This record gives sequence, structure tokens and C-alpha cells, in this order.
Amino acid sequence: MTELLTPEEIDALLLSLEVATRSVFFSLPLAVLVAWVLTRARFPGRTVFDAFVHLPLVLPPVAVGYVLLVLFGTRGPIGAWLYEKFGLQLTFSTAGAALATAVMTFPLMVRAIRIALENVDRGLEAAARTLGAGPLDRFATITLPLMLPGIVAGAVTAFSAALGEFGAVITFVSNIPGETRTLPLALYTAIQSPGGDAVAARLAVISFVLGLTGLLLAEGFARRVRWKLGR
Amino acid sequence: MLSVALRKRREGFSLDVAFDAPTPGVVALFGRSGCGKSTTVNLIAGLLEPDEGHARLDNLTLFDTRAGSRIPAERRRIGYVFQDARLFPHFSVAGNLRYGQKRARGIEQRIGFDQVVELLGLAPLLERRPHQLSGGERQRVALGRALLSQPRLLLLDEPLASLDVARRDEVLPYLEALRDQLSLPMIYVSHQFDEVLRLATHVVLLEAGRLVAQGSLEEVSLRPELRAIVGPDAVGAVVDGTVTNVDTTRGLAEIQIGRGTLHVGAREARIGAKVRVQFLARDIILATQPPDSISVRSSMEGVIEAIADDEADTKLVRVDIGGPVVLARVTSAAVDALHLQPGSRVWVLVKAVSMRGHTFTAPLEPGAR
Repeated sequence: MTELLTPEEIDALLLSLEVATRSVFFSLPLAVLVAWVLTRARFPGRTVFDAFVHLPLVLPPVAVGYVLLVLFGTRGPIGAWLYEKFGLQLTFSTAGAALATAVMTFPLMVRAIRIALENVDRGLEAAARTLGAGPLDRFATITLPLMLPGIVAGAVTAFSAALGEFGAVITFVSNIPGETRTLPLALYTAIQSPGGDAVAARLAVISFVLGLTGLLLAEGFARRVRWKLGR
Repeated sequence: MLSVALRKRREGFSLDVAFDAPTPGVVALFGRSGCGKSTTVNLIAGLLEPDEGHARLDNLTLFDTRAGSRIPAERRRIGYVFQDARLFPHFSVAGNLRYGQKRARGIEQRIGFDQVVELLGLAPLLERRPHQLSGGERQRVALGRALLSQPRLLLLDEPLASLDVARRDEVLPYLEALRDQLSLPMIYVSHQFDEVLRLATHVVLLEAGRLVAQGSLEEVSLRPELRAIVGPDAVGAVVDGTVTNVDTTRGLAEIQIGRGTLHVGAREARIGAKVRVQFLARDIILATQPPDSISVRSSMEGVIEAIADDEADTKLVRVDIGGPVVLARVTSAAVDALHLQPGSRVWVLVKAVSMRGHTFTAPLEPGAR
């Protein structure tokens, strides 16, 4: 491996995986909750909330990065509070990169989970109810397992997209080697440097392999689940 | 006693029914599709909320809008067998069966896993997944799953409607066994009168969200409102009787009904067994003298109670045969020619052959379980 890739490339690769993992790990439970609220709850302002959740899909990523900078910067309202209370600094840090990718990939995740939830037969939940299962019990034993394929699909899609997130990351946390320089940022840096063409090509191939692997894994898992459910 | 009174308005439909039925027993909610049967059971189960009303089972109030009390559906302990089974696709058959049982821990286990598996013949299916089952097997599993949740009341919403005739005949005996072996009150929703005939002890007749008749199956079978739902050819009294003699060589059984004796073809009858017989009005012949030298062997003496209008050229004659009442469809011309009128003495003749498919095991008396 060390002969195949340079230390910088390995750094960028590992950092990308770390950022994407943290991003998916923290946003997944929230995405399930938001998908549930958007599908099942009826409240005034639902449409506005729905639009707000999907905003990162249509905004320029740089704009999202800028908003994050305003809110989570060390002098921003949330950023200052986090720093004072927990000593947590998000700007120019890996955690910040994870936050930026999480915000950008959140709509993708919510969409996949929401479709899965809409396809869960509510009659099965009603049946569980007559069998003595309360609301949380029903969610954990019926709804959640049946929407699992969608959750996994959403997580894998979000993970793959997180590996490639560029605009929001570079705006919010800048391009620091070993800290925030993920694959796409390294690729960008290589293209900008004189004589970096070969490095850029290698990084592009790595991105390609990663993306393809993710999509194949997701499809394989979905098939396995469908077979188990007999569909 | 099961006491139900419900009001529910939905877009384009309003339900307003009240009925009382003895427990345990099988209450059949009978009526055409869309008459409010499923809404009624969903309200009783707690899957829908009534605008107004109550449901009480023996001494327990399931809900009462006036008193503001309601047990949530998940704690109501009402087993529900849906038309489409609704087995959980991500559990095996055994997992489905145990789902309700696990949640009934701490409740007295009146029916155990092994008993249900035995009663419903589920042993070969336990490891399978729901999608590997036939329609009839699915309904048996759904039935077992509901029973293992230790219900105080079992609701069956057209459990056989999605099955073909062969599968229906496969499941029906299990339902009869359930009725006779467990003293569990049941509400059976159906739009097929032959299912009601085989299973019900009490019938509630619904039409367009309103109750049109209720009572024992014997009583309701005589009600004119039934005709509109089952059609004129299916009109006929349902009567319970006792097998008094079995002629195995000829495959004939004698059934005591009122003061008369009915001969029916039956190979597996047992002396002393209670049977339920449907006399289709169109299959009955009336005679004003004791018949002699004809091929019909069953004749029961009776007295005409009433003569009602039927189709354009026929009358429906109610004959008391010593307790039970049967209906006979006779042409108006015959009524005039024989001078039939209330109080006339007549003999009711029934062809044994016409009783095929109209003789069933009667529900056991509550005390006999």
C-alpha cells in the first residue's frame, strides 16, 4: 500500500473516510427522526420545514459553507458557545469538515429514508398494536427493521457523497493538510500545483474506486434484505 | 355479555350501530361490502376512535366516550385477524407467533404455544418465512399469533375473503374447532352467509352503517331484512337439532328437530351430536295431509304461523314445527288451492338430497365446553 500511494495520498484518503464516517454516524439518527416527522407528523409549517431540510441540495455549497462559518465560527453564536462550554472548535478542524459534509449530504439521506418509511405497510404497525406493542416498541420491532434497506441505502449514498464534498468544506474549514484536506481538496490542490497532473490523476482514480465500491455494497445489501423479506 | 354502541362519521359514510351479544360465542357481523363491518371492528379494537359510544366486555369497559375512559389499543388485549393476514415479513412463522405472546407476559397464559401449534396444525411451518406460505397457511398463522397474545376477545375481519374455495374449506374447520374448544368471545366479520351459518351463535345484520336486525342465528334467519343481503334463493330457516340415529350402511342420519325427524345423508354423524341445519325455503314442500308413498322420507308436522308476501307469484309461509320455525316458499296458487292460512295444520317435507351442504356441526352450548 505504501508503495502504491504516497503518504500525502494516504493521509487524504484516510481523512476522507474519517470525515465521511463521522458525518454519517452523527447525522443518521437525526435523518431518521426528520424523515419520520416529514412522513408521519402533521403540523403547521411542515412544507417550510421540508423545504429547509432540502435546501443544501439547491444552494451553492460555498453558500452553505459560509452560513456555517457565520454560525459556527469561533465568534459565531453557536461556535462561541461550543468553544466556551466544551472547548470544541469546528473551524479549520476535522470535526468541522464532518459537520459541513453532514449538512450537505443530509437531504440525500432523508430522501432515501423517507421513501423507505412511506413504503412501510401501516397495516403491519396496526397489527403489532393489537398484539400489545406500544409506540416505541412498534417503531423498534416493526417500522425500523422494515425501513432498514432505505436507511442503509441512504447512509451509503450519503457516505459516498461525503467523500466528495468540496465547496462547503473548503469554505468552512479551509484546506489544511492532515486536518481538513480530504480527497477532493487534495485533488484540487494537485491540479493547482505545477506538475501535479500525475498526482491528480491518481487521486481521481482513488475517488472513482471508492465511489463504485460504495454503490456496489449498497446494492448487494439491498438485494440481501429484499431476498429475506421475500420481495 | 358484549355490549357495543358506536357512532362514527367519516367522509361520505356514517356508522351508527348498537348491539348486545352473549359471551362467549361467535357474533357474526354480516352485511354487504361497505356496510360498516370493518369500521365497527376497528373501533372495537381501538384502531379507530369513535365520535361517540362505548364497548363493554363482561365487566370491563374497553372505551366509553361519555365517561371519558378508554384503554389504548395496545393494552386492550383484543386479538385481530385481518383479511390480509398482515404477518411480519421480517420474522419467521415462529417469530410471528411469539410476537404477541412475548408482550402478554405477566398475563395468565390461557393458551400456550404448543397448544396453538397443535390446534392450528402449524408444526411444519414454524421455520418458514411468511412469503413461503400459502394464503390458507398465512391465515392460520395470523390466527395463532392473535390467540397467543392471550386476547379477551378475538376479532376476525373476513379472514377467508382472500382465499379460494379450497383454502376456505381448509381453514373453516380450524375456526369451528376454535369456537368449540376455547371459551373465547369472537366477532366474525363476513359477507358470505355460508361462513356465518357455520360459525355464528349470534348475528348482527348491518346495512349502510345501520343495524337492521340482530339475534341468534335461528332468529335472524327468519328475518325479512336478511333476504335483501343474501338474495331470495338463500332465504331459509336455520335450526339446531340432535342426531338420534345413524344408519351407516345407507349413510343416513336421523336428526330430531322440534317434534319431527329429518333424514339427511351423513356418514360421519355421531348419535347425540348437535347439528345445525339450514332449510332453504325454496326446497321445502308443504302438504295438508300426512304424506304417504312418496320418495321424500322427512316429514315434520307443524302449524302455520303466518303467510307473508314473497316474490310476485309466491308466498313465504312460516311453519312452527314444535318450537323451531321453518320458512317455505310456496306459489300463491298453491296457498289458495290448499286453503293455507295461519293456524292450518301442515306437514313439512324435505328431500334428504337437498340438505347436502346445509348441515353443519352446531356450536356447543356454553356449559358443555
